[in-house]
Amino acid sequence: MRLEPKMQDPLSRIRNFEEVSLGFTEEEAILEAKRCRLCGICVKGCPVNIDIPGFIKEIQEKNFRESIDIIRKYSVLPAVCGRVCPVENQCESQCIYNKKGEAINIGALERYVADLISEKPEISIDENGKSVGIVGSGPAGLTAAFELRKAGFTVTVYEALHKPGGVLRYGIPNFRLPDSIVDKEINYLLSMGVNFKLNFLVGKTIFLKELLNLHDGLLLATGAGLPGQLNIPGENGGQVFLANEFLTRMNLMHAYEFPKYHTPIRIPKKAVVIGGGNVAMDCARVARRLGAEVILAYRREEKDMPARRDERIHAKEEGVQFFTLTNPSEIILDEKGLVKGIKLEKMKIIGIDEKGRNKIEGTAQYFDVDCDMVIVAIGQRPNKIIQENSEGLVFDDHGLIKVDENLRSSNPKIWAAGDIVTGAATVILAMGEAKKASANMIKSLLN
Amino acid sequence: MIVKKDKIADNTYSIWFYHPEICNHFMAGQFLILMVTENGERIPLTIADIDKNNSLVRIIFQVVGYTTKLLSELNVNDSIYSVLGPLGNALKLPENTKKVLLVGGGVGVAPLYPKIKEISIHLKLTADVVIGARNINLFILTDEIEKIANKLYLFTDDGSSGHKGLVTDGIKKAIEDNGNYDICIAIGPLIMMKVVVELNKSLNLPTYVSLNPIMLDGTGMCGGCRFLYDNEVKFVCVDGPIFDGFKVNFDDLMKKNAQYKEYECKLNS
Repeated sequence: MRLEPKMQDPLSRIRNFEEVSLGFTEEEAILEAKRCRLCGICVKGCPVNIDIPGFIKEIQEKNFRESIDIIRKYSVLPAVCGRVCPVENQCESQCIYNKKGEAINIGALERYVADLISEKPEISIDENGKSVGIVGSGPAGLTAAFELRKAGFTVTVYEALHKPGGVLRYGIPNFRLPDSIVDKEINYLLSMGVNFKLNFLVGKTIFLKELLNLHDGLLLATGAGLPGQLNIPGENGGQVFLANEFLTRMNLMHAYEFPKYHTPIRIPKKAVVIGGGNVAMDCARVARRLGAEVILAYRREEKDMPARRDERIHAKEEGVQFFTLTNPSEIILDEKGLVKGIKLEKMKIIGIDEKGRNKIEGTAQYFDVDCDMVIVAIGQRPNKIIQENSEGLVFDDHGLIKVDENLRSSNPKIWAAGDIVTGAATVILAMGEAKKASANMIKSLLN
Repeated sequence: MIVKKDKIADNTYSIWFYHPEICNHFMAGQFLILMVTENGERIPLTIADIDKNNSLVRIIFQVVGYTTKLLSELNVNDSIYSVLGPLGNALKLPENTKKVLLVGGGVGVAPLYPKIKEISIHLKLTADVVIGARNINLFILTDEIEKIANKLYLFTDDGSSGHKGLVTDGIKKAIEDNGNYDICIAIGPLIMMKVVVELNKSLNLPTYVSLNPIMLDGTGMCGGCRFLYDNEVKFVCVDGPIFDGFKVNFDDLMKKNAQYKEYECKLNS
């Protein structure tokens, strides 16, 4: 039987921002590891090719330090990945036990050893005399910082916000990924000698041209920081949030701890979240923790939602109500310009689209839901600021940067990785790309 | 690090702090976002002036909420926890502009000052200035502006200094004295900018305004400062902060700016 780590009870966890999953105990970890036949087929599903049977074997033998050392050869953020990787679509989907629904709980095992042995090995670094700049300190930026520093480069990471971590900091809530975990990973990079320049918006605080003069090579890892909008009436009203603002207010600025932290949030009585992805689930669950009744409106059916299965389950356990096959058509504002309701259109299924999801259309049947907060979580695109002084870079209509198969851009001194290349994706995909880009940077810049 | 701090009017402070990157990249019209403490709020403030030789940046602010109160309590040699900038876009005048009327109300004179300097000193155009305040104690920067403006008109609500009247009276007077202007730049409280825009529409005088809504990151990431501009959603932080006043819906902006008012009271209590 597949072992799941214990979790905070839904009724108590909606009153705090502590982690939902409590993680394996030693006994549980060993028990789960011993189910594994070490066939290694799972590695095919890992975007960074972690030697999964290798680290699980060490857990079987209680060699926890050896286990984490194996993971660290492939991933600089195991405590993060053990929490937020969509393992069910990656390594665990390949597991021979998966057909029976009993895949080895690889994510929980990774998290167990990453948390247990949090002090990290000292890496001896042979300085190579060259310097690289990394723009953005999210998962791609941090991964590249590790790889490039390990290879002997002087590494400077430029971050626009006042704390490093990118989406790990402002986006993913503490109950899925605590700040302390992100801090540990950053501290490790600091201990390796990586420089962080915070409050540096490349394109404004310093121009790309200047960075090209300061460094031998640059990696752009600026993510997908431009929020999607519905373009319906009332969307610019008070207490209508785009997901990024809501999550940033809560996660980066700690508005839920107002007035200890000075950034306010109006405590909603009833919030409606629009969307069906992981960000929508995060918004719904954060709003729930503010004490609100929460409705999540999604235009297709639950099975079509891009959100991870676990996130959907957790949201529902926490009392988030799913209104599927509904699409917002108007946000209703009161005389002060604040949200007082939302008009939803019932949708119907008219077939299957090319991605295998339900194809839908409106029914022209509408209903109103009273609410005092609306959160729009329908995707993100890359931020445009970097395009303002683009130094020969080419961007497509979606703001994605054009790169070759080695993730090198049309400017030979600039590489790119993460959501700015792929569009909004996952932490681990961004890390995989950052590794690939770093490898090519090392090869090109040291020749 | 703060190198100079002065109280320049009732409740209004000027701070110069060291920041070479902002100095080296600043263009008139841009702003910054700062946090006073690690637990603090991020607030946008216009960059009022820079001193390139000494890498100093000047901000001028009125104590209106908790964060500006904390900022006013900092002293020389203190550091501001975080400063991000310069943000937003530079002032761009229409081609063939020769004669500009600049209108500032209350603490809006601080963001107006760098525009006066740019137009008068750098672009060497005619810059006439109208400044309005409730009373004489609320005037700021008048000495500095007098030195660089072509003409300066002061108006107070109560007549305690200069002419008695509102900035709209000032605009009429300036036009009466000097003939038509190519463009007006008006910066102040939303309600002031609204009435100036209404007047200028009737006078056919194109008008720029600089907006200062609630912001979070200031980099186009959160969308908190979005508003409807000529039927299109704009983000003040990356598309502004300077906009064509004729296309701004001030009523919507005023409502949006008021949404956290009661929380300020909570912090102050």
